[in-house]
Amino acid sequence: MSLECGVFHTRYESDMELRPRPAQRIRLGVLAVFVLVFPFLAGPYWLDLANQIAIATVGAIGLNILVGYTGQISLGQGAFMAIGAYSAGLLTLNLGLPWGVSIALACVITAVAGSFFGLPSLRLKGLYLAIATLAAQEIVEWAMTHWTAVTGGTEAIVLPAPRLFGVRLNSTFAFYWFGVAMAAGTALFAANLFRTRMGRAFVAVRDQDIAASVIGVNLFRTKLLAFATSSFFVGLAGAMIAYYRTIITWERFTLDTSIVYLAMIIVGGLGSIRGSFFGAALITLLPALIANAGRALQDTAPVVANLLPYAQQAVFGVVIILFLIFEPKGLSKLWGNVKDYFHVWPFAYRRE
Amino acid sequence: MDIFLQLTVSGLSTGMIYALAAAGFVVIYKASDVINFTQGDLLLLGTYLIFFAIGQIGLPWSLGVLVTVLLAVAVALAIERLVLRPLIGEPIISMIMVTIGLSSILRGLVNAIWGPAPRSFDSFLPEGSVVVGPAVLSSGRLLSIPIALAVLAALGLFFRHTRDGIAMRAIADDQQAALSMGISIPRVFGVAWALAAASAAIGGIMLAGVVGVSPNVASIGLRVFPVVILGGLDSIKGAVIGGAIIGLLEAYTGGYVGHGLNLVVPYGVLILVLMVRPYGLFGKEIIERV
Repeated sequence: MSLECGVFHTRYESDMELRPRPAQRIRLGVLAVFVLVFPFLAGPYWLDLANQIAIATVGAIGLNILVGYTGQISLGQGAFMAIGAYSAGLLTLNLGLPWGVSIALACVITAVAGSFFGLPSLRLKGLYLAIATLAAQEIVEWAMTHWTAVTGGTEAIVLPAPRLFGVRLNSTFAFYWFGVAMAAGTALFAANLFRTRMGRAFVAVRDQDIAASVIGVNLFRTKLLAFATSSFFVGLAGAMIAYYRTIITWERFTLDTSIVYLAMIIVGGLGSIRGSFFGAALITLLPALIANAGRALQDTAPVVANLLPYAQQAVFGVVIILFLIFEPKGLSKLWGNVKDYFHVWPFAYRRE
Repeated sequence: MDIFLQLTVSGLSTGMIYALAAAGFVVIYKASDVINFTQGDLLLLGTYLIFFAIGQIGLPWSLGVLVTVLLAVAVALAIERLVLRPLIGEPIISMIMVTIGLSSILRGLVNAIWGPAPRSFDSFLPEGSVVVGPAVLSSGRLLSIPIALAVLAALGLFFRHTRDGIAMRAIADDQQAALSMGISIPRVFGVAWALAAASAAIGGIMLAGVVGVSPNVASIGLRVFPVVILGGLDSIKGAVIGGAIIGLLEAYTGGYVGHGLNLVVPYGVLILVLMVRPYGLFGKEIIERV
């Protein structure tokens, strides 16, 4: 956490606050009001997008804990989400557990599976770890489609609708509150995690693992914990998808999913919680916006409308590359620039 | 026995196509430490370019092959110059994501131009089959093996005897020392991408002849990883032998075991190799351990 110019703490309590500046509190208030009012103004189309963003935010924060904060590259996001989704679904279907318990257990199961797949990270680094997680992804994908006795193979698993106080939770409006609560809870947990000894150890491992172990960070424990913590939230995201759609199909959890989530944290900003949210929002909205643009063009230029799916694919790639070349720190950094400008306005001083 | 022969030939021919893609990967990794996820899409580009040159324009096959390789090389040079050069020295995650982004763009463009439906054209590889004892072997597949081996041998000779090849090895050894000897790193990176694209384009041409022209070709790109990890990330010889082993393993498990296990066996091998011998069969034994 960087020290900010022009902010002076006189009490320990204020020094330890997550949002010490009045401007930060005001922004949080504005955001909270927007979140509370949004579902009453928006139609089902935008609510559905908001729900997807909420789920993606949980998953992206999970991935960012591992990739952005701990520096362990993972291409297995799709596999972990699958483990979360399938365990949440199968626990309810086979053991008759209530959906809330299933989701909680699914998170724990994914965390255990995540630390298992994290074992190679103790020996392998960087590129080799990325390739190992790629293999894990392919193996889990194969298990999803071929282990018919458990996963139902390529056929979809249908879940009963989750209910809370007699309300069906998988409608867009009801799920919105659940999704927002989960996303906010995840963000709060992650923001606090990196103020603890464990969270600081994650960052130390990313920045210089040998130096970290010299100053007393147990690499074995830290890396496994990073995999476990990250997978916990990734599993939560998977379980949320399962109960939002009430249908589980393997197509949602392929290598493409892993890539989409990596794109979210790259575009949003590695090692940034607000960045995870920005990235989740942008990457979720991008195809929808392109689809809307295409529909608008359908009458004037039907050729363009036919090319839409490919345009979505190509634009996805272009966005990743543009961010990597021009703003490697992502949307989070851009937002930071805007905030800094107003923070010290009318002077040109910059934080850092 | 006849099944065994057939599986061996089809496994070897697939394996050689893997080897061509993997050789391109190795060349780029050796020269610039970039992990290239676009290898499969360069294959895809190769299959569609040969379809374009022979099937759509109607060039004779020799000219068609030449045009395909040249176009693929042009695309690769553009990629290297526009996208990768600004990112030299960035962390691994950026290099992985930038090639993933490129792969997404290439796939989108190929699909936008030629559509998602499989295409077909008169194959330039000989039709028909060769009968060896009890086995009937497709002559297209048989022929693809020596072609691939010739291309890979040419790559090996390039590294041993040409100025650019030796410069590339020097850069792989020690970038600073190579720079101070007057080796132009941008030029070598460009040559590496051109070679990788040419090798992948030839793989794509053979795929078009043996398997057909369809967007699914790109998924072969992921098979490159088991191959290069098994063979060693910086070894052309490793790519050839790794490709052959993975191709054969796939063919045998597909033929004798079934259950789609052939799709997952290469990744099992990959994990095993990473655990036991992470530098692969022929790779340099320098690996960053934790």
